[in-house]
Amino acid sequence: MRKVLTGNHALSYGAKLSRAEVISAYPITPQTEVVELLSQMCASGELKAKFIKVESEHSAMASLIGASAVGVRTFTATSSQGLALMHEMLHWAAGARTPVVMGNINRAFAPPWSVWTEQNDSLSQRDTGWMQLYAQNNQEVLDSVIQAYKVAESLDLPAMVVLAAFVLSHTSETVDIPAQEKVDEFLPPYKREYKLDPDEPHAFGGLTKPDNYFELRYKIQKAMEKALNKWEEVGEEFEALFGRKYGLVETYKVSDAKNLIISSATIASTARNAVDSLREKGEKVGLLRIRVFRPFPAEMIRRILSSVDKVIVIDRNKAAMYNEKNTPPIFGVIAGLGGRDVTSKDIIEIYEDVIKMEKPESDIIWKDLKI
Amino acid sequence: MAKKSDKKIIYKKEKEMPPSAISFYSMDYNKTGNWRNFRPVIDYEKCTFCMICWKFCPEAAIKREKTKKKGKEEVKPVIDYEYCKGCGICWEECPTRAIDIEEETD
Repeated sequence: MRKVLTGNHALSYGAKLSRAEVISAYPITPQTEVVELLSQMCASGELKAKFIKVESEHSAMASLIGASAVGVRTFTATSSQGLALMHEMLHWAAGARTPVVMGNINRAFAPPWSVWTEQNDSLSQRDTGWMQLYAQNNQEVLDSVIQAYKVAESLDLPAMVVLAAFVLSHTSETVDIPAQEKVDEFLPPYKREYKLDPDEPHAFGGLTKPDNYFELRYKIQKAMEKALNKWEEVGEEFEALFGRKYGLVETYKVSDAKNLIISSATIASTARNAVDSLREKGEKVGLLRIRVFRPFPAEMIRRILSSVDKVIVIDRNKAAMYNEKNTPPIFGVIAGLGGRDVTSKDIIEIYEDVIKMEKPESDIIWKDLKI
Repeated sequence: MAKKSDKKIIYKKEKEMPPSAISFYSMDYNKTGNWRNFRPVIDYEKCTFCMICWKFCPEAAIKREKTKKKGKEEVKPVIDYEYCKGCGICWEECPTRAIDIEEETD
């Protein structure tokens, strides 16, 4: 069934179709609508889930860790300051190996207050042990939630589906809502091997001495490495059933590209237009969109980069890539902080400015800095 | 008959470890009473069976026991010293001061 949905409601429908059993959340702009719709679905009985109202994002995640440890499917959504407040529990979810899935709407941090998009909130959680996936449209948001459960539950790792504030969260697009039976076929109920059970009471996450802690961390890392293949595998399975293809990265016109633009999320989808315009002008340019950021598809990216002359990285965050030895020159561009628009024209300008330079003149190139 | 809770988690190699930290034995065997420095003692003369101590106990170490008071069926709180860690929360919360706290001697 095709429906016009905002990115926020695409998240809600993703959770509903995945049959989330416990949902817990605290409202924050621009995420509120995600859980508003889910709480309505719970109240009307459309979704058979327990909705737990909490006093903070920290408690939202804490309650889901408990629920997930029992062996049920859990969902939450947050943004920016809320995600930062969750930070301690994000580490806990990963360490407890609870495959919680959440939506995060990228919003810039305060001060100064901003509700617009920027990726620093989710990138700050890079090393918490969560998988992270950056969606470029509302269809991908919905599909990625369903895929995230499949990957997360097979490896006991939590996963975050990330989307841009307003550019997706409050923008309506046509979204194909798959039939419940098909989603059920793709995503069986969650089964947990070691779970909280009053009939067999064990302590979970208790004091662990150095002789075991080390190996438990190693196991998280191994699971993260396995996740690289798992995302691809689940992507193929998804495509066979639903006809839409997603991988760790997405490439556009790279096979003969001399210069490569790298970006993620909605800037990457805009960049596709820019690549088309630049190609019309005779530029041999391609696009690499990083969809899955954790686990980081390093090998795949290295392979794609090996055949190009110049790389332009457009980040809507403050983590521009820097130059390593034996790589093509990498131009790190920061654009669109705090939700400033990054249009196709901007991307063409970035490209044309950068391509004149032999090497990056500075580590960071600030796009349209008014200083 | 062996209880389900008697099951012990056993693994031989690190490879077979559970993915997250979990106590090998059931918590039934993890008796925390020996952590106690102070022992709460209920004076049943003063106790009104309000069960506030049972509600507040963070270790669920206060049990409910059926009893009769003036011919009426009642439920009284009984401290399980095998698990009570002696935190003193019941002593603090008791509205009739029916719980006394004594230093453990051995």
